[in-house]
Amino acid sequence: MARVVVDVMLKPEILDPQGQAVQRALPRLGFQGISDVRQGKRFELEVDGPVDEAALARIHEMAETFLANTVIEDFVVKVEATEGAEGADK
Amino acid sequence: MTARIGVVTFPGTLDDRDTQRAVRVAGAEAVPLWHRDKDLKQVDAVVLPGGFSYGDYLRAGAISRFSPVMESVIDQAKAGMPVLGICNGFQVLTETHLLPGAMLRNNHLHFICRDQKLRVETNSTAWTADYEPGQEISIPLKNIDGRYVADERTLDMLEAEGRVAFRYLDVNPNGSLRDIAGITNAAGNVVGLMPHPEHAVEPLIGTGRTDGLGFFTSILKNLVGAR
Repeated sequence: MARVVVDVMLKPEILDPQGQAVQRALPRLGFQGISDVRQGKRFELEVDGPVDEAALARIHEMAETFLANTVIEDFVVKVEATEGAEGADK
Repeated sequence: MTARIGVVTFPGTLDDRDTQRAVRVAGAEAVPLWHRDKDLKQVDAVVLPGGFSYGDYLRAGAISRFSPVMESVIDQAKAGMPVLGICNGFQVLTETHLLPGAMLRNNHLHFICRDQKLRVETNSTAWTADYEPGQEISIPLKNIDGRYVADERTLDMLEAEGRVAFRYLDVNPNGSLRDIAGITNAAGNVVGLMPHPEHAVEPLIGTGRTDGLGFFTSILKNLVGAR
């Protein structure tokens, strides 16, 4: 089993009022020096079988058609090292 | 025989009953459609009503867009069948890309529920023929993901082609670009808007006006006249 992560973020030109609300709350909470916050989504996909080119192509298609709305969002697909419950070696 | 207008119910849809009622008040037959059923029961038009289908999970309308009933709705809409998306239904239509742009969280992050003044910008659609271009109406608005966005090129195209169907008046309630409350596709058969005409069809309820009834009388005349 391998994990593939899809990060989805609003495009830079799209206003993100939720991120702004988080950013505005920071000074009040004592966290200084953060000039901007953008909020996004992270999907962790547990993939059966090998994460080969074909599997990644399907995941890319999934991200493009479903996980992200490319009218307003960008996405990045990343393969993560396996954390095997039975001591996987990578 | 009158026109048959389908009203889709997704899990989490709220306004299907009001929409069915509005269809009947206008004199058409309301046909309930179920999200898991591809069969459109030979309706002449479809309304995607408001609510929170699939809990707005992922993005508003994103999961509904892939439901079995939508496969048929998308096919038929492309073939010219009139489709109206109200609120969540509008969000579904943008997710299908039958209408351009996307809906995002209101810029002030609050849920809004109030009567909203709009200008009907065009009556060249299947759903607005009974209005005068430029007519001002007041109907309820209730949502949290009502901010219409699209890139500048798309917005310019919509304006140039007369496809901004409704614009917010007096106040922009959610940060929608260019005060856009609703749009139409190029053919005029697919229309989406955030405010709720189906809640303003009888003087006894809502705004006390019947400003929303025109959507349903428009489509009825369109369909019956087409026969």
